[in-house]
Parts: sequence; C-alpha cells; structure tokens
Amino acid sequence: MAVPNQSAASATPVSSGAPKKGFYAWLDKRLPVSEFIESQLTGYFAPKNFNFWYFFGFIALVVLVLQLVTGIFLTMFYKPGEATSFDSVQFIMREIDFGWLIRYMHSTGASAFFVVVYLHMFRAFLYGSYKAPRELLWLVGMLVYLALMAEAFMGYVLPWGNMSFWGAQVIVNIFGTIPVIGPGLVEWIRGDYAIADATVNRFFALHVVAIPLILLALVGLHLIALRRTGSNNPDGIEIKAKVGPNGHPLDGIPFHPYYTVKDTVGICAFLVIFAIIVFYAPTFGGLFLESANFEPANPVSTPPDITPVWYFTPFYAILRAMPDQRLGTLAMLLAIVAFFFLPWLDRSPVRSIRYKGWISKVALAVFVVSFVGLGFMGMRPPEGLYVVIGRIFTGLYFLFWILMPFYSRWDSVKPVPERVVYHAH
Amino acid sequence: MADSMVVANDEVDLSRRKFLTSATIGVGAVGAVLAAIPFVASWEPSERARALGVPTDLDLSKVDPGQMVIVLWRKQPIYVVRRTPEMVSSLTGHDDRLKDPESKSSEQPAYCKNTQRSRKADILVLIGICTHLGCLPKQHFAAGDPELGPTWPGGYLCPCHGSRFDLAGRVFDGSPASVNLRIPPYSFPNPNRLVVGVDEKGEA
Repeated sequence: MAVPNQSAASATPVSSGAPKKGFYAWLDKRLPVSEFIESQLTGYFAPKNFNFWYFFGFIALVVLVLQLVTGIFLTMFYKPGEATSFDSVQFIMREIDFGWLIRYMHSTGASAFFVVVYLHMFRAFLYGSYKAPRELLWLVGMLVYLALMAEAFMGYVLPWGNMSFWGAQVIVNIFGTIPVIGPGLVEWIRGDYAIADATVNRFFALHVVAIPLILLALVGLHLIALRRTGSNNPDGIEIKAKVGPNGHPLDGIPFHPYYTVKDTVGICAFLVIFAIIVFYAPTFGGLFLESANFEPANPVSTPPDITPVWYFTPFYAILRAMPDQRLGTLAMLLAIVAFFFLPWLDRSPVRSIRYKGWISKVALAVFVVSFVGLGFMGMRPPEGLYVVIGRIFTGLYFLFWILMPFYSRWDSVKPVPERVVYHAH
Repeated sequence: MADSMVVANDEVDLSRRKFLTSATIGVGAVGAVLAAIPFVASWEPSERARALGVPTDLDLSKVDPGQMVIVLWRKQPIYVVRRTPEMVSSLTGHDDRLKDPESKSSEQPAYCKNTQRSRKADILVLIGICTHLGCLPKQHFAAGDPELGPTWPGGYLCPCHGSRFDLAGRVFDGSPASVNLRIPPYSFPNPNRLVVGVDEKGEA
C-alpha cells in the first residue's frame, strides 16, 4: 500500500513498506492482510484523550463473540419444544460436563451485554458522540440495540420456565393492542392460539440464526460508519481539523498498539467482574435469572408477579404507568423511538458535556435518574406508591426528550479549546 | 468520442429505457411479494394446531350452583360458573364503580353484550386471562370478602396486579386492567351441555 508521506512511516509502528518474506509475503500477495492492518489498526488514528468510557464499545464486541461461542455450544444440547425445552436446559445444567458453566456464561453474558451497551450509549450522551457527522453511526447503533432486545427476549423464552412462558405471553400480547390487525398478528407470531410449541421453535430459529446474522451485519455497519467519521472524544473536538506535517491528526494516535493495549486492560477488568458473577452469583439475586423460571412453563398458573429481566424494566414501567393499555403501548414505543431522534433534538453548539452549561448537566442527570428509577419501578408490583413514582419518572423521562431542542439551544456554553485536553502520564 | 461508445448518446431511447426499468422493477416487486407469501403463511397456526383448537365440551350437570369449573379451550383457561340467583342479582347496583358496565369496549359475542354478559343468566363463561397483562384472576365469590372490603359484591381478583372484576367479568374502577374479561363464542346444544368455541355463526 502506498504511503503518501514517508515520514509517517516512523510514526507508524508496523510499516507496510518493510520487506516481507516467507509465508507472510506469500499470504499478503493473495490476501490484503497488511493493507487491512494498516488501514484499520496501525494507520487508523484515534483521539489520544480517550478515557475509561471508551472501553465499552470494544467490550461489547468481546461479549458478542462470547455469546456466539457459548450459544453455539448450548445449541448442541438444547432441544426446542414444549415437551423438551425445559428438560434439555436441566440436562445441560446437570449432566453435560461444564454445561452449567457454558449456560451461566451465556445467561450472564446477556445481562453483561446490556450493562455494557447502556454504558456505551451513556458515553455518547456525555460527549455528544451522536452529533453531526456521526448521526448515522448513532442510528446504526440504535438498530443494534433493537436487535439486541429482540435477541434477548427470544433467548429468554427458550428455557421454557414459567417466567419464560408468561413473559412471552405479556410481550406478545402487547402486539395485540394494535388496532384492527392486533389479534391476527398475535396469532401469527405465536403460530397457535397460545404461546406453544410452534412459538418456542420459531423463537429458537430467530434467536440462533436470523437475529445473530442481523446483529453481525449491523455491528459491521456500525464499525464501517465509525471508520468513516472517526471516533469522537471527551472534548468533542474534531481531531481531523488539526493535522500535522505527516498528514495525521496532531491529537491522534494509531489504534494499534495504543488502544489495543488499553482495551486489553479494560477487558481484563471486565472479565474479572464477569467471572465473579458467573461463579458466585449467576442468578444475581433473581435479576439475571428469575426464580419463577426454575419451574416449567404452566399455562394455567401465573408467577406471583410477571416482570421482565432488568434490562427491559424501564420500558415495562412506562407501559404500566399509563392508565390505558393502548396508551401504555404507545408510550413505551415512543420511549424507545425517542433515542433515534437524539442527533436532531440536541441543538447545542458544542458536543461534550464538559463545555455545556448547567441546564444540560441537570437534564442528563434527571434522565439517568428517571431511567434507572423506572428500571426499579418495573420490577415492583404496580401498586400504590410504586405507580405514582413510576408515573413521575415517566413524566421526567419524556420531558428530557421533549424539552431538549429548547434547553440545549438556550443553555450557556463554555469556549471549546482548539486542541484536546490531555495530560501525559 | 462517440465511436468508442457502444451506443452513442443520441441513439439512446430514454423513454424506452425508463419503461423497461420500471417494468422490470414492477415485475420484480410483484415476484418478491409472491415469493414472501409461503414464508409468511408458514407462521400461521398449523393444521395440527387448528385441529387441536376445536370446540371444548362441558357437561353442565356436574357444575353445582355457585361453583366454578375451568376447562381448556385453545390452551386458554375458560372459567365456567353456574351463578346462583343471589350472584346474578349482585350484578346490579355497582355500575358507577365499573369502567365499562355496558361492555362497550370489551370483546364478547353480541349475545353476551348484556348486564349478565351471558346467554343464560345462570351460566357465566369467561376467558380466564386478565385483560391487563395476561395473569389468571382468582375467584373471590363471597360478597364482602374480607380481603376486598364490605362493598365487594363478589367476583375475581387478579393476583398479579390487583385488577378486580365482578361476577360478569366486568372490571372495577381503580384496576390496572381497562377492559372487561373476554368471552369466547359458545352455545348449548342441549340444556346440560356447553360447547365453547362454536355458536350459530360456526367455529371461532
């Protein structure tokens, strides 16, 4: 690959100009290996002031791989079907060597995925990573999030425990609130007059083949879009605007080795926490695996309280906060759709929270508190005070979005520096 | 320049090209829709599921007054109650505490759109799935049930989210459910036989 400026080679640790010998040379002639490494890693410049918030994208990628690998192995032992699903999961847990470990890695991985993705999204909120020219990057990321929700929901149905069954019943019935086509649509989704054998089989196909393919394609698009615009950074400054004599951004450093090494540290920390949960608290007090799911699906007995897994509870709380079912469904839909409009709702002239005024900071804090608060309310029975608190948080949640075009424009801003704020260590 | 082109610009019949392009896209789109039909249709309930969804029979002579029996129809619990005259009379007098006393927005056959929500005053047939989020409401038939207070006329309480229904499955104010319990189509081939899932209009 041609390097336009030879002085760049000294800043680039792996030089593509170096003579190659043996197998690598043979391979490189037939497959653009060094070209790929150069364009995507050693010659891809990322801002030098990334902080720990920038770990989560990479960790999400690792969790995706973890889910694919553990998922493939679970597929070898799991048997979808009304009569076989529950027993085959018990079989994996008790009779397959290390089956329990593979399954707990997969179930903990699902929750870990959402933890990491929520933190990754919060990073975008903090530093305005969704603002022009990264709107499409944000939109593709939101599609990844939607695909992840579908994947997680269907995966949750597969063990065919009682919460699997009733969770599926509640979620699928949400489609029934759509006027006119609702009831027929619900029957079509289930493939029966109730959540049944047909349902668990099609959810299995979607969970292990269709949605993973979609997820991989979307994650690929997300990375391609990221390569086009380059990463944002905690200062929200466009590093491409200040280029050195060698043609590289003055505030940029090659992704490899600098960020590959840094991300390795993040992965180590993540895996330590992940392993502790897998080995010592795989159910995480009923948050990752709910106790009602330890008994088989029973169409004539509901669990004492139907609650989805924690990562859906903020939206579930919004669904239940509304006095009317259709209104609830609509509100829940809007609560998710709002994220797609974020790049255009934020009218602030600056990207990063560091240079925004107090109103934006308070608004973001209110949003985080209401989202987490809704998450807690979604796990409680919808009675008395919980309903009132749920409604207050729902109100605050929507106010954050509705008022954003106004407060983001009126809010005072601090001057943004020319170069990123960075202290060498 | 024109010599090196396969077709010179002035020889191109643009309207013909446009027609061919749109015709190809049109036929392709129709083909895509037709090709999607079998895949979409495969998700409909199978013949087996439909065969298992046939009407359900119940011998009413086995149901004593005041008693409730649960039968399964299409894997849904169907509550069948033989209401006593006192239970039927309990249905009047609390309309102001109901969300929809006349069953305007609920799902039921036309012949059940009355105060008793039934074909016969004494026999109540309901789909035992809470219209809120799908739990199974529990029977609290005794009037003034201590759990539900002295004004309770008898009915159902959903254990999940506390929706309350009267003895015709009509939802009380203050319940998270906003719609009365659903009623399936049903008929009586003879006075002591109930068939759920079929009526004069045929099978549901």
